[in-house]
Amino acid sequence: MGEPDPHPHPHEHSELDATELRVRALQTILLEKGYVEAGALDAIVESYQTRIGPRNGARVVAKAWSDPDYFDWLLRDATAAVASLGYTGRQGEHLVALASTDQVHHIVVCTLCSCYPWPVLGLPPVWYKSAPYRSRAVRDPRGVLAEFGVALPPEREIRVWDSTAEVRYLVIPQRPPGTEGMSEEQLAALVTRDSMIGTGLPNAP
Amino acid sequence: MTASVPYASQADLGGRAGFGPVQPEDEETRFHAGWEPEALALVLAMGATGSWNLDMTRAARETLPDYLRLSYYQVWLAALEKLMLERRQLHPDELAAGRMLHPPVPLARVLHAGEVAAALAAGSPTARPGARNPRFALGERVRTRLHPVPHHTRLPGYARGKVGTIAKVHGAHVFADAHAQGRGEDPQPLYTVVFEGAELWGAGAAPGLRVSIDAWEPYLEPA
Repeated sequence: MGEPDPHPHPHEHSELDATELRVRALQTILLEKGYVEAGALDAIVESYQTRIGPRNGARVVAKAWSDPDYFDWLLRDATAAVASLGYTGRQGEHLVALASTDQVHHIVVCTLCSCYPWPVLGLPPVWYKSAPYRSRAVRDPRGVLAEFGVALPPEREIRVWDSTAEVRYLVIPQRPPGTEGMSEEQLAALVTRDSMIGTGLPNAP
Repeated sequence: MTASVPYASQADLGGRAGFGPVQPEDEETRFHAGWEPEALALVLAMGATGSWNLDMTRAARETLPDYLRLSYYQVWLAALEKLMLERRQLHPDELAAGRMLHPPVPLARVLHAGEVAAALAAGSPTARPGARNPRFALGERVRTRLHPVPHHTRLPGYARGKVGTIAKVHGAHVFADAHAQGRGEDPQPLYTVVFEGAELWGAGAAPGLRVSIDAWEPYLEPA
C-alpha cells in the first residue's frame, strides 16, 4: 500500500493530506460507534492486497487455453466455470467470458462508474475508473488501444462491452503462438491483467 | 437532496470529449496513498451493515457536484459520508471534531472479522429467476428509451433513443432504477443490446465498431 503516484498533479499533496485526515477521523468515529470492527477492516484490505487480484483471472485463462472442455464451459456459463476454481462473489456474481479471435477483439468498460470483475481481476486500476478511459473506450477504442501500445489489424472487429448492469465481463485473449506444450502455470504467467480487460495482449513466451 | 433539485448524474461519461489520454499503469499497483485502502475498507464494511444498497451508493456518488474533480476513492468517501449523514448515523460536528459526539444508532448488522472472507465470496447476486418472462427474444430489434429520467438509471446517455439488437437474454435482475430509489427490487428482464458504431456515433464512427450495454426491459421498446 502507499505506492507513489506515477502521475502527480499540482496541489495533490495538500489535498491528499486533507483527505488522509478525513479518513482517519471517519474511521475513528465509526470504530467508536461500533459500526465497523478494526479486524474486519484489516481483513478487507488484506483480501484485496494479497488474495483477490488478476492472477486469479490469469489462472482461468490458462486453464481455458489448456482444456477445450473447460473453455467451452467458460463460454456457456462463466459464473460456474470460474467458481469451480474457487473465485466467486462480490462484483463477480454474474460473469460472462468473451473469447477474442482473429475476427473480433473484445474490450470492456464501465462508462457509468467502475463495474469490473473483482473475483478474477481484483480492484480496477485507476485508468479503468478514469474519465479518459470511460469516455473514449465506447467511441474510439482503437485510439485507446494505441495508448496501451496495442495496434490491431484494420479489418478486426472491435466489440466494446459497457458493463451497465451487474453482469461482469472477462476477456479470454488469444493464446500466443509458440506456447505449445507449456503448463497451465507457465501459460498463466503470460496472461496480463490488461489482456483480460481487452486493453492489452498476453505476453509472448 | 430535496425533490426540487433535478437529478443530474455527473458520472455518465460515455462518448464525452476533452478528458485527454488514458494513462496505463502496471498491475502490481493497488493503491496510490495509504488512506485509499482504509477508505475502501470503510465503504465495504459500512455497505455490509445493510443501511443502503449498491444502487443507492451509486446514486450518492454520481450526484456529487464535484464528482469530476475528486479522485475515485475521494468519491467513495464523500458518498459514504453523505449516506451516513442522511441517516443520522454520523453528524457534521463529529466529522469536524474527529470523534464521536452523539450516540450510535442501531444498525441491522455489523461485519465481523471472521465473516469477511465469506461475505466477499458470497457477494450480492441480483438474478431473480422466474420473476418475469422476457418480452424480447434473441435477435429482436429494440429501441432504447429516449428521455432522461429524474433518478439513478443505468441507461447511458450515449445509448438513449438508439436502435440495437438483443444479443443475450439474462433473465430477471434487480432493477437498478427502482432499487436506487428505495422502491424494492422490482426484478425486470435484463438483456445485452448491441449497437452498430454508426447508430451511436453517426457516419464518422470507427469502422468495425460495435458496442453493447446491459439494459433492463423498461429501457426498451420494439423497433
